[in-house]
Amino acid sequence: MADNTNDKVPTVVADGVDIVYRVNGTGAGRGSATAALNRIVRRKKTEKAAGVRRVHAVRNVSFVAYKGEAIGLIGTNGSGKSTLLKAVAGLLPVENGRIYTHGQPSLLGVNAALMNDLTGERNVHLGGLAMGMSREQIRERYEEIVDFSGINEKGDFITLPMRTYSSGMAARLRFSIAAAKDHDVLLIDEALATGDRSFQKRSEQRIRELRKHAGTVFLVSHNNKSIRDTCDRVLWLERGELLMDGPTEDVLKEYEAFTGDKSAKPRPKVPVRS
Amino acid sequence: MSQVLDTPPQPPAPAPADDDLAALAARHGLSVSGARPSLPAYVRQLWARRHFITAFATAKLTAQYSQAKLGQVWQVMTPLLNAAVYYFIFGVLLGTKHGVPDYIPFLVTGVFIWTFTQSSIMAGTRAISGNLGLVRALHFPRAALPLSFCLQQLQQLLFSMGALVVILLCFGVPVGVSWLLALPALFLQFTFNAGVSMVMARMGAKTPDIAQLMPFVLRTWMYVSGVMWSIDKLADKDSLPRVVTVLLETNPAAIYIDLMRFALIDSFHASQLPAHVWALAVGWALIAGVGGFIYFWKAEETYGRG
Repeated sequence: MADNTNDKVPTVVADGVDIVYRVNGTGAGRGSATAALNRIVRRKKTEKAAGVRRVHAVRNVSFVAYKGEAIGLIGTNGSGKSTLLKAVAGLLPVENGRIYTHGQPSLLGVNAALMNDLTGERNVHLGGLAMGMSREQIRERYEEIVDFSGINEKGDFITLPMRTYSSGMAARLRFSIAAAKDHDVLLIDEALATGDRSFQKRSEQRIRELRKHAGTVFLVSHNNKSIRDTCDRVLWLERGELLMDGPTEDVLKEYEAFTGDKSAKPRPKVPVRS
Repeated sequence: MSQVLDTPPQPPAPAPADDDLAALAARHGLSVSGARPSLPAYVRQLWARRHFITAFATAKLTAQYSQAKLGQVWQVMTPLLNAAVYYFIFGVLLGTKHGVPDYIPFLVTGVFIWTFTQSSIMAGTRAISGNLGLVRALHFPRAALPLSFCLQQLQQLLFSMGALVVILLCFGVPVGVSWLLALPALFLQFTFNAGVSMVMARMGAKTPDIAQLMPFVLRTWMYVSGVMWSIDKLADKDSLPRVVTVLLETNPAAIYIDLMRFALIDSFHASQLPAHVWALAVGWALIAGVGGFIYFWKAEETYGRG
């Protein structure tokens, strides 16, 4: 952890965070119907006896994120990256510890608010409203969003229902809508993996812009290259525990050794130490 | 640095130790993520999202029939077909219509108004549990969801009311000044529906099984609400215990249905209305609306929990 914290403004402080999922109906024993009854009858008894399984997704994670930082979150599948991000966004409650934030962190993603049966145009409005933009803001940015998505490059697709889009087109429109708003703390979950190469480049550019306006950017990605391109600090989670926290190059080198990533060539760049 | 602080600027403090993170957060005025806002703040947030609520409702309504060939015609067709089925069973086969003048307008009004309450409550039950993706991805006051679904049902009802007006005119019911009473009646019913669906949304979020149970509860409620028969007639001739008739007459669904019939159908007289009907209608709307909203808000931070 960095030492000279006096002149830096923290935007997210995670203090010993534990996150536990409880899953119903995993069936303690054979008959899951009886297990369900058990659960209702013996409510006060231990959760294990009632057939509730606890999944400890994040264990005792502490870190401080500062204004102007872009932080990458890495780790193998199921290591708790997305869960941690959701907790920072205040969308998942923590079991122990606290997460303090400056302003309202927002996840980059409006997929859930969009409707496949509506036209791209109406989805831009709906998605913008769902993210908390005003009607005027959406009207101002509408052209920008459509141009950025490149939906209309191959004809007037924005007036067609989204279900007629190819998966790449839909993903591009979703990213464009989500990236249209300026955020205090921005959380991005694997968003860069969408679209073709030229769109990915534009996305990275847009994220750098967002980072300028936003206090802090968190990026979850399995693409080490996009982490290298966008982040200057990396948190490595493994089995819910914070394994490493440091400059991108240092952590990625360890991570690549851990995952046995042969394709990653050692970079000549000397890692910058703080 | 444009940092908002309640406390005056302090001289640089020594670097915090790792166990001092809470103090660091407090010094820089950070707030706990995912805490429940106060009730006034919650109402303000909800008001700020009013355009989202209406846009979401309209979008849901439009998306509903967008795959069908006839498209939005189904908005009117569905309630009409419903009314036709009920007429066939209760009017023709069972003969419930005896003694009720203007039976078809009577029945269709009942079916439409009841459907509004029924679908609002049903949609409310699934408002959180059926939209977990949305709840887990975006920040907004969660009450926006049940409210939005009720608004969608209200829009749906307005289509049905259009069909109803045509039916009324076809059966020779004259246009009257009393039709204006439909507006306050609808407003009160909407408030009642919204309140109940917020209660159901909280319960459904905690126990999704309720959504399986609700159709049976709602069907029972429908049969006692005088949708296809006149409570007034029943209360007159039967020797039911007093408690039962009082319960039947204070039933909010029955009150809103009868108010609408009174407003629209000239042969449905004020004498057929239960006593203190407007007071009851306002009372139910207030109890359900305010109570439901507070009940829903109390669990705001728990919605979407794993």
